[in-house]
Amino acid sequence: MIWNFIMEFNWFKKKKDKNEDKPLEREISELPDSDQPAGFFNRLKKGLSRTREILSTDVNELFEGKRKMDDDMLEELEEILITSDIGVQTTMDLMQKISEKSSSISNADQLKGALKEEIRSFLNVQALTAEEITTKPYVIVAIGVNGVGKTTTIGKLAARYTAKGKKVLIVAADTFRAAAVEQLAIWADRAGAEIVRHKDGADPASVAYDGIEAALARDVDIVLVDTAGRLHTKVNLMEELKKIKRTISKKLYAAPHEILLTLDATTGQNALSQVKLFHEALGVTGIAITKLDGTAKGGIVISICNNFKIPLKYIGIGENIDDLQDFDPVQFTDALF
Amino acid sequence: MFDSLTDKFDSIFKKLKGHGKLSEKNVEEGLKEVRMALLEADVHYKVVKKFVGDVKKRSLGQEVMTSLTPGQQVVKIVNDELAQLMGSSHEDLNLSGSGLGSGPVSIMLVGLQGSGKTTTAGKLAVLLRKKGKKPYLVPADIYRPAAIDQLKKLGKQLDVPVFPSSAEMNPVQICQEAGAAAHQQGCDTLLLDTAGRLHVDEELMVELCRIKDAVRPSDILLVADAMTGQDAVTIAKSFDDALDIGGIVLTKMDGDARGGAAISIKSITNKPIKFIGVGEKLSDLEPFHPGRMSSRILGMGDVLTIIEKAQSMFDKKKTAELERKLRKSQFTLDDFRDQMVQIRKMGSLDSIISMIPGIGKSKQLKNLKVDESELARTEAIISSMTPQERRQHTIINGNRRKRIAKGSGTSVQDVNRLVKNYTQAVKMLKKLNKGGMRGIGRGMMPF
Repeated sequence: MIWNFIMEFNWFKKKKDKNEDKPLEREISELPDSDQPAGFFNRLKKGLSRTREILSTDVNELFEGKRKMDDDMLEELEEILITSDIGVQTTMDLMQKISEKSSSISNADQLKGALKEEIRSFLNVQALTAEEITTKPYVIVAIGVNGVGKTTTIGKLAARYTAKGKKVLIVAADTFRAAAVEQLAIWADRAGAEIVRHKDGADPASVAYDGIEAALARDVDIVLVDTAGRLHTKVNLMEELKKIKRTISKKLYAAPHEILLTLDATTGQNALSQVKLFHEALGVTGIAITKLDGTAKGGIVISICNNFKIPLKYIGIGENIDDLQDFDPVQFTDALF
Repeated sequence: MFDSLTDKFDSIFKKLKGHGKLSEKNVEEGLKEVRMALLEADVHYKVVKKFVGDVKKRSLGQEVMTSLTPGQQVVKIVNDELAQLMGSSHEDLNLSGSGLGSGPVSIMLVGLQGSGKTTTAGKLAVLLRKKGKKPYLVPADIYRPAAIDQLKKLGKQLDVPVFPSSAEMNPVQICQEAGAAAHQQGCDTLLLDTAGRLHVDEELMVELCRIKDAVRPSDILLVADAMTGQDAVTIAKSFDDALDIGGIVLTKMDGDARGGAAISIKSITNKPIKFIGVGEKLSDLEPFHPGRMSSRILGMGDVLTIIEKAQSMFDKKKTAELERKLRKSQFTLDDFRDQMVQIRKMGSLDSIISMIPGIGKSKQLKNLKVDESELARTEAIISSMTPQERRQHTIINGNRRKRIAKGSGTSVQDVNRLVKNYTQAVKMLKKLNKGGMRGIGRGMMPF
């Protein structure tokens, strides 16, 4: 953690001299002071403050003038949980566990303790494994619906890897959206990564093919493939993604090594449908949740962990380049309460 | 779009309809499930609470108990309440003019990151041009990398002028200068594409207020993602409090989002949803019709939308002629092809089919994916026929079939299949005609 931070901090210093881009200046000026890991936790805490408010204040109010858990109280609790985007199904699962314990719960703190324990057990289902990159090139394909922050996530990942001294190649396979390639090129430039790009409207699979070819030729460590945003219900567009995946594995056996699904934390229950359909089509190996700042409810994180056995790898809580971090269940539940 | 919600309601009301008479317990049970369905659809819990309360109050009264078909009555009440929640009629863009004299008017687009502001700006430009306006695109997002390029590219694609903003400029300054530039180019409606921002980011919210004060836009549209969860309400409220928005555009409605955000936003801010984004093409922006939407949630389909879509695309004269022909059962292969061409103009067949009432309920048809290349092939086959063959399909013998197959790059089997399908369609039409054909709704889909 500390090492990461030092690397990232150095990276920023280097960039600051080189790049006078306006947006970056804004990012730099907002850069937190030296205790970065704690800073991230604070921002995560701030991001989840609304959810925390609901979970703590409202839970406190539940017990006003009451000494025991009763049915009314359970119903109210159910409502509180649903409001934080935890979802009806996961709420029901939580409620069942809580009501089993209800006889031993007599005040708000105990209830919160029980909730925290249960939520953490949901999140812990997938133990966090340290990122181990053994193969080279390691290919990551970013997928997701429109506007969830795929390109930004790729930019941030590229910066992380270059800061660790890896050679990174970004493949601009979003040939559909206007100026997506330009956006990615700016990120590549900031991160000090190379980029493979074609013209707008080119076949994304052919871009991916060229990207892998270039990665092999240039002896690259990490390949990040950006794809166009698409709704998970569009069959033809999902087929296009499958083709990209096939093309990559034809060129490089066992690749792509990671199919990273990006989700927007402000999304409601539809996020579950997104995970399901993308997973069915492509076999998602990791999830990144973005935009956990603001008043995003964060409940969806719990819901996803409860419903799928896909590791949640990264969470993004802001626009700064260091605002994408590894997901840590303990840290997350601590920030939630 | 609202399909999943529709599914839910379908199963709930099937339960309710099964009972001969409705007891108080039945109503409560049904409403509990309505509540869950709405919550799962991401409708804000406060809205749900009020909604269910209202329906219960009305259902438990005499209205239902004395009615002959209580189930239907509850369906009607739920529908009425839902319609009331969603508002009454479609509200269009406010182009009534700015506070700055007779110059061009401005429409401001605001919203979170990734909600689809830039794409919506492009789509609105198309819509405005259809109405005879001269739109002018103004990129005011200096923060996101290449956001300005994106709008410039869209402008080029659409052949709509774009203000030459650069990332070094200040957004307020951009919007101010754009007015004069638009006037010079003879444009009358500015579309201001602002940067995506979180509603809790005070600094950026202040920037929006400053743009608003400087430009006095005639309409401010909040662009929101239809898939937004419980937070939709807070987002809409914050933007509305800061800017007093004029309306909402809901994007990504073509996914399987249950669309609860639409209900929540409307009921909390009381601002109309003006448009919905229903696809990736720049023509995929539709006016939002609240009444129709609520009946759609209840599984009544959306016949009105199809008809309107058809009317704007179909040549009216041709439609009238076609209807006459249909009635007389003189439906030739030529007409068959015309139909196909016109239907394809309306957008993807999937989206049209999903609007037909009843199909939402049919499991088989729901998973039906229309192969559009099949349509192209059919069109090619008909185009390879002589005019006489098209008028009178009975003369198409073996030799002619071979020729047609060669001409269209298909096989004789394909031609055979088409002729068979066509004859079946004609037979079906004859039957329909006997049963009394009425309205374009059916006439549109002869095959």
